[in-house]
Amino acid sequence: MAKTFPIGGVHPSDNKQWSKGSAIEVMELPDVVNIPLGQHIGAPATAVVKKGDKVVVGQLIAEATGFMSANIHAPISGTVTAVDLQPNGQGIRQMMITIKREDDIWDEAIDRTDTLVSECTLEPKAIIEKIKQAGIVGMGGATFPTHVKLSIPEGKKAETLIINGVECEPYLTSDYRTMLERGEQLIVGTRILMRAIGVSSAVIGIEANKPDAVKHLQSLLGSATDIKVQMLKTQYPQGGEKQLIAAVTGRQVPAPPALPIDVGAVVCNASTAVAVYEAVQKNKPLIERVVTVTGSAVTAPKNLLTRFGTPVEALIAKCGGVPEGDVKVINGGPMMGRALSNIAMPVMKGCSGITIMVGSEVMRGTESPCIKCAKCVEACPMGLEPYMLAKQARKKAWDAMEANDITSCIECGCCQFTCPANIPLLDFVRLGKQTVMGIIRARNMKK
Amino acid sequence: MNTLIFTILTLCVIGLVSAVLLYIVARVFKVEEDPRIDETEKMLPGANCGGCGFAGCRGLATALVESDDISALYCSVGGDECMGKIADYLGKAAPKKEPQTATVRCGGSCEKRPRTNTYIGATSCAVASSLYAGETGCAYGCLGYGDCVEACLFDAIKVNPVTGLAEVDADKCTACGACVKACPKGIIELRKRWPKNRAIYVSCVSKDKGAVTMKACKAGCIGCRKCEKVCEFGAITVENNLAFIDSTKCRLCRKCVGECPTGAITMIGLAPLVKKEEVKEEK
Amino acid sequence: MANRFFVSPAPHMHGSLSTTRLMGDVVIALLPALMVSVRVFGWSVLAVTAVSIASCVLFEYLVQKYLVKGEVTVNNLSAVVTGLLLAMNLPANIPLWIVVIGALVAIGVAKMPFGGLGKNLFNPALAARVFLLIAYPVQMTSFPQPTLEGFTDAYSGATPLGAAKAGMVDFASFDIAGMFTGAMGGSFGEISALALLLGFVYLLMRRVISWHIPVAVLGTMALFATIFAGVRMEDSSMHLLFPLFHLLSGGALLGAIFMATDYVTSPMTTKGMIIYGVGIGAITMCIRLWGAYPEGMSFAILIMNSVVPLINKYVKPKRFGAK
Repeated sequence: MAKTFPIGGVHPSDNKQWSKGSAIEVMELPDVVNIPLGQHIGAPATAVVKKGDKVVVGQLIAEATGFMSANIHAPISGTVTAVDLQPNGQGIRQMMITIKREDDIWDEAIDRTDTLVSECTLEPKAIIEKIKQAGIVGMGGATFPTHVKLSIPEGKKAETLIINGVECEPYLTSDYRTMLERGEQLIVGTRILMRAIGVSSAVIGIEANKPDAVKHLQSLLGSATDIKVQMLKTQYPQGGEKQLIAAVTGRQVPAPPALPIDVGAVVCNASTAVAVYEAVQKNKPLIERVVTVTGSAVTAPKNLLTRFGTPVEALIAKCGGVPEGDVKVINGGPMMGRALSNIAMPVMKGCSGITIMVGSEVMRGTESPCIKCAKCVEACPMGLEPYMLAKQARKKAWDAMEANDITSCIECGCCQFTCPANIPLLDFVRLGKQTVMGIIRARNMKK
Repeated sequence: MNTLIFTILTLCVIGLVSAVLLYIVARVFKVEEDPRIDETEKMLPGANCGGCGFAGCRGLATALVESDDISALYCSVGGDECMGKIADYLGKAAPKKEPQTATVRCGGSCEKRPRTNTYIGATSCAVASSLYAGETGCAYGCLGYGDCVEACLFDAIKVNPVTGLAEVDADKCTACGACVKACPKGIIELRKRWPKNRAIYVSCVSKDKGAVTMKACKAGCIGCRKCEKVCEFGAITVENNLAFIDSTKCRLCRKCVGECPTGAITMIGLAPLVKKEEVKEEK
Repeated sequence: MANRFFVSPAPHMHGSLSTTRLMGDVVIALLPALMVSVRVFGWSVLAVTAVSIASCVLFEYLVQKYLVKGEVTVNNLSAVVTGLLLAMNLPANIPLWIVVIGALVAIGVAKMPFGGLGKNLFNPALAARVFLLIAYPVQMTSFPQPTLEGFTDAYSGATPLGAAKAGMVDFASFDIAGMFTGAMGGSFGEISALALLLGFVYLLMRRVISWHIPVAVLGTMALFATIFAGVRMEDSSMHLLFPLFHLLSGGALLGAIFMATDYVTSPMTTKGMIIYGVGIGAITMCIRLWGAYPEGMSFAILIMNSVVPLINKYVKPKRFGAK
């Protein structure tokens, strides 16, 4: 019996068939890249280069602003042509560093060979420092700075490391391909992470729809007992941090502000573990990632190893171009990804895939009255009452929403996915959550 | 017959007992309240719009009666006339305020501001605005999903289906400020109300650089400062690539209107300025 | 560029559920019971059903089109379900004009004035049935004899519950097997336990309803009846027979499976559903054993309907991570 999380969940068709068979391909280097300074949770980084500067691949171009932030490195070599406001994928202008490419010259400290370096004797603190220097953030999409996650607060103790290879988001296959093709690096990265947080065991959680990934990693591990590969039931949102912890350890992270570490768990994405390996063993900062480009009408769906800053439209062009007619281009998967209004948007650290929906897939159903079927309550993996929260958000009853634990919402979209009346539940619940979080922050500031 | 009398008697006794009980309860639990609050509340418009900052008219009435200095309290729905009456009744100095009208500062109609994508999320400006810049290249302009319409209790604001922009019916507007709070883009401003609803204002709030604004919208302010230079009353300031006309300083001289290269300065109820001589004569 | 770009917040996928599909499934689940009724009572059953459904749909259409002047949404099948359920709560030989009045009450009084689909406090079909029961008690309680061969002499027009109430029969003589297959008097939807259970299984399989409400209602009734039999009945053979009799007779199954589970008028959380189901079961048994009417299912559901908003307000699901 495959393990799973305790409440709620839905079963969207995973549609991974289009891209799961394509091995990771290297995307051509772009001629110009735009690197946003804010591509992680926390404060945007501060640019340390200016117009006219020459940079090489892997060179620090923006420095973390404070603890809750991340370094950013040049993904290509060339000249900085601007540090200015540019529109992001949502059409909102944000600070970006523009680099015009000249050749492909790498920082000499980076080991670019394929040799696997499995030995790591660094102290935990040194490992975390290296990860911080490399600007690694959670690559599953949440982009939480990894060094923050690994710095266990005093008084708390990490007991298990969980590597998130679930990839429950439909369509996407970047983590899957990474696990299949870079399993050795993933395992070394996992051991480095274990060392960093001082635990002796780790679990790699993988959904049951990827049995070959489970088998492959198990065979690589052989008789090793420190890392266990755990197959999990295919159910969305299995890859949600809290859901994964509950599925693997049976422990439930209490409501915010509690964090996974409060139940002794640290969760890292599979691709993040590979990035950690590269940073610690190869001195390679986070400058590229695997991006899945897929969709029912995409001519040649692919998994592309892409340097950051490459425009999304270039990736789509490589996969056969934007399909004709009505389209919705999504940064991420169809359940939690953000629809783009600007496909010139650069690929960023959290961009695990580009999903393209066409024709009838694009449209939302017509909203009809709530029939109180309670399907949303049944589907909510956090045990909330989405119908009630959405109603309260429409009425701007923020206090009532707070009393109904809106801050626990993980915005997974199960409620809206399942709603037979096509009510945009999450649109309003998310609005309410953002507003309530703002109110809470303002209240804490006053104190 | 007996049944009839018995029934009537029973009902009478029940009625009597209930009346006595109600009387006692009303006496025991009576809340002492200044009778002037009721009177003041009656004098207020009774819209309960919350524009005064209180939950409803009674809240304002209580505050008016209880505070000695009422200069900071004002009901924009009732206006000076209503506040004067109440002040007379309470024997306090009447608070005064220039009448105002809500003004939608965006001229990016469908024609002027081409759509680059189609929004199909929940029909709510707040939801759309927290998601992304909007259906056009301008991240500042009116989204047109009508959060302000929903907020207005006086039926004074509507989204024009042709332009896709919110429009205020100045005759119905009470300047309660509900739409100002509802607009996530901060486009709506309460501006001084001139006779016959005349107005001159910059119908743009874009802080983008001129070139960016121009690309997104043909009616946007590009921050060229021409209007600032021509204004004789110091009413126009340009900050962050955006001109702003202070409605308390503007005298409706109309000079800036002709200067604006994009037509971002909107004029309502006024004829365009033709010759310079005419202006002098008017003065 | 032939492309039109669309943007919306996530999620960008939707499941296969729709209001119409859910309502359609309820209709399908009721078909076995309807077919048994046709076999037992003849074609009049279809006439009553057709009139009931047609008038419910027509009234909803008229109200939406001419009174509310809003969008007409009769194609979501909710009025069809109301009409079908109303019909199944009526005797097969009821005059058709009474059916029309019932439909008018269901749609015009119990549903639309509250704001239409999703907003009504009481189950429209049941509200109409109770109205008819009080307004036309004779027509509503004279049940036709099952015409099926072999069952004809069964209960001479009285329902098993009615007979039991009047103290006319002893329970041991009841044909439990007949109650399963439809050989008993009653409103035509409630006679065959087997057909109703078949519908229940279908609804569970299609995940239209969860098991909580029906099981809570029937479980409470069984428990109640067992205790009653244990305390009040000396004949020990009755201890098993009496609860079984109560589960199979009257509207127990129809009510528990199809009426109490009506989405709009039942609670939103599983905990709430159980409270609601237990309430219905207990009130039903109280009315059956001590009340003036032989059957109390309709009243019990309507009484508990009125408690639902309160349950929804105070009974919360277990939050993730809560102790």
